[in-house]
Amino acid sequence: MSKLGDLGAKLYRGEVGYDFVGKRFLWYGVSILITITAIVALAVQGLNMGIEFKGGAVFTTPKTTASVAKVTEDAEKASGHDAIVQELGTGGMRIQISGLDTDAAADVKKQLAADLKVTEADINADLVGPSWGEQIANKAWTGLGVFMVLVVIYLAIAFEWRMAVAALIALIHDLTITVGVYALVGFEVTPGTVIGLLTILGYSLYDTVVVFDGLKEGSKDITKQTRYTFSEIANRSINGTLVRSINTTVVALLPVAALLFIGGGFLGAGMLNDISLSLFVGLAAGAYSSIFIATPLVVDLKEREPAMKALKKRVLAKRASAAARGESPDDAQGSEDEPQVVSQGRQPGRRR
Amino acid sequence: MAAPKKGRRPTGAQGRPGRALAIILIAMVALTAGMFISKQTTPRLGIDLAGGTSITLKAKSEPGKENAVNETNMNTAVGIIERRVNGLGVSEAEVQTQGRDHIIVNIPKGMNEKQAREQVGTTAQLYFRPVIAFADGAPAAPEGAQSPSPSASGSGAPKAEDGNKTSPSATPSSSATSQGRALSEGLKAPNAPTPTPSAGESKKADDKAAPSPSASAPAPDPAAADLQAKFAALDCTNEAQRANVGTGVKPTDPTLACGQRGEQWGKWLLGPAAVEGKDVKSAKGEIDPQSGQWIVTMNFNDHGADAFAKVTGELAAKQMPQNQFAIVLDGDVISDPSVSTAITGGNAQISGGFTQQSAQDLGNMLSYGALPLSFQEDSVTTVTAALGGEQLRAGLIAGAIGLLLVVVYLLVYYRGLAFIAIVSLLVSAILTYTIMALLGKGIGFALNLPAVCGAIVAIGITADSFIVYFERIRDEIREGRTLRPAVERAWPRARRTILVSDFVSFLAAAVLFIVTVGKVQGFAFTLGLTTLLDVVVVFLFTKPVMTLLARTKFFSSGHPWSGLDPKRLGAKPPLRSSRRTAAPAPVEAKEA
Repeated sequence: MSKLGDLGAKLYRGEVGYDFVGKRFLWYGVSILITITAIVALAVQGLNMGIEFKGGAVFTTPKTTASVAKVTEDAEKASGHDAIVQELGTGGMRIQISGLDTDAAADVKKQLAADLKVTEADINADLVGPSWGEQIANKAWTGLGVFMVLVVIYLAIAFEWRMAVAALIALIHDLTITVGVYALVGFEVTPGTVIGLLTILGYSLYDTVVVFDGLKEGSKDITKQTRYTFSEIANRSINGTLVRSINTTVVALLPVAALLFIGGGFLGAGMLNDISLSLFVGLAAGAYSSIFIATPLVVDLKEREPAMKALKKRVLAKRASAAARGESPDDAQGSEDEPQVVSQGRQPGRRR
Repeated sequence: MAAPKKGRRPTGAQGRPGRALAIILIAMVALTAGMFISKQTTPRLGIDLAGGTSITLKAKSEPGKENAVNETNMNTAVGIIERRVNGLGVSEAEVQTQGRDHIIVNIPKGMNEKQAREQVGTTAQLYFRPVIAFADGAPAAPEGAQSPSPSASGSGAPKAEDGNKTSPSATPSSSATSQGRALSEGLKAPNAPTPTPSAGESKKADDKAAPSPSASAPAPDPAAADLQAKFAALDCTNEAQRANVGTGVKPTDPTLACGQRGEQWGKWLLGPAAVEGKDVKSAKGEIDPQSGQWIVTMNFNDHGADAFAKVTGELAAKQMPQNQFAIVLDGDVISDPSVSTAITGGNAQISGGFTQQSAQDLGNMLSYGALPLSFQEDSVTTVTAALGGEQLRAGLIAGAIGLLLVVVYLLVYYRGLAFIAIVSLLVSAILTYTIMALLGKGIGFALNLPAVCGAIVAIGITADSFIVYFERIRDEIREGRTLRPAVERAWPRARRTILVSDFVSFLAAAVLFIVTVGKVQGFAFTLGLTTLLDVVVVFLFTKPVMTLLARTKFFSSGHPWSGLDPKRLGAKPPLRSSRRTAAPAPVEAKEA
């Protein structure tokens, strides 16, 4: 782990630096590819909507010796509908029957109890009308909309509109990837998934905001110097917060992974699993987008500004004249394929 | 809240770490003490963890009543549903609105789910029934035997006067003082064949009393006698009897009912329903411009208007109490106005002793039948406690393992610093736990499974604040500073980052909490709470502790295990650092 520590020091001193901004079109390409895949998957495969969206019942039985096949047969016979049966880590069964209304479910429950030789009270029943999941989803959309508007306003005030726009795009990007993964892999979409997805909102932006905060600080007096262009400063900001980003993401993913693999593994499918799965995918996407998408987007937007254009001109002119004089620019930006060689200190903007 | 202000904020007691620590210590002790004093040592578990049934109802907006789904009606509905559910003899059932149009009914384990669902879901059990007899709530003990004279000033009269607050008369002219006598006379009234008015208001009244007042000469009927006997025996002050009274009676049959008149319980013998609640087109409580009193106006549909005109015509001819009709909601008499004239035309008003609240409540109830809104069942979830417990255990185990992994990671990466992070996490956990336990009693917060998830996810958010701060400190050390100035200089910047990002997190939680319902809300609440506590802990604990520890030799000397070893961190040679310090950043000057 001290390697990461060393990396931190090196990143800090600028001994190493990854040219995220210079290679941004590569990452844009990657993201567009992922997004297209997600959309295609969504269009072709669709989402595997859980019972909450279709209406039906989920029964959870206590430990039983009956086989999955037997239980499936029983459940289908009792309900007259298709049943999906999963064995749980506890030895019990999770039986999903779609298209069951709440009244019919009571009979099925009774029948199942008789078939499995358990008391009715031991069977856990979750009955949902078809509109339930839809409502959660609708509310989630409303929440998403409201949140996006508020957060864009907030970011526009706290930072600037370009960052707000970039953060929003990165957020949509994360959500698309997460939904795409669900479509692609065919994970079931439940209200738990929706909850997880909504949490990504906050978390994805959390990461982005931390990086932006560094960028804001780094580019404070940017026009008062001629050493760096905006994109170079942005790149240094990303590098400067890279270790934090990695640490934060690892620390956030650890509990979620525990929830996903231990909590989920112990109980089989269930709300714990649904929430943690979408969180896991979304958190990873969020960490990726804050580094590879959000900040480069800010650069793209920012470099259109006349002031930034002028700055770039000045910086390049200065470098050219330095090169003409035969000096080696101490902080020249190398070719974009090489790690950047930059001088020490993290706030180049403040130096001049 | 967390706008990255350049202005001065409390800097976490930069120079006075002791004070901040004292504050948070006091807070912790107070919360823990509060927890023990209120005997709420564990958070209240949600229905999904404790077991039980959770029914989610959604208000349907009906054509012509689009505006009916509003706060007042939702609250009225909650009140009615609550009474119904708890009328089953179950305590602890809770009914709450969630969002704009949802009602969640949580019924703890051990009660009849089917019955509960019937109780909760049904609507419109509101009837107008003519009053045949009224008596004080208690059964006819010695009291019942007293004063058998027709002019009975028996227990009925004073009670009725009390009750005048809530049993307004249809006409202001109706006099309460005549009630005692009026009753007895009413019992003799031709239409109500109750020959022997016995004083305690027909407590042992005769066997022919039951039939509908409109029936001209009903034959003696064993069922009626039976009803009379039951009426005499009925004790409305007994909760169990109250819950059972009138259950399963058809609207077309006479029935018994209980109800409150003021503070007192009364019991009624009632004829068949004359008008049904669904025939009431609208009703509302309003101020009578003439008298300045609160009244309830009613407007019937055509069918209701005819029926109401008919029944009031009949009732008006009678004496107390048979000139009254009872408004019966779910078997309870909610009002028993008397009638002096036939009310035709489909409009009526009830006056007398209403408060604004009682007039509006009655208006709402009349207006919408038993429930001010109609509801559909959205989901019914029964959870056995065993499975809920298992889920909780799995969640807690997962949380513990997740926490352990975080601790290990922090220890490996941050070494000595990790202890600060771990203790801060611990403080955060104590605060979260005690607050959750207290909120269980305070605002009915229940820890459900999504909320547990929220708490686990929050570990990441909380740990992030420390990471931001620690990385800042390490950056400062890399600049060549010694620890003490590094800790102070790193703080303003870290603080801003923490506030900005926590604000975003909190915003997400708040929006989720406001717009969503049910399970999502519990999750959002936990997330919001832990985010707030994160700010509190970082400001009042982590930073002050950091300041204090910076004074210790272990940390300030940059011990290899402190996580702050300048050599390891690749601090600059002193030469550079002196140059740097010559150029104090204006930004920091503003911020610090």
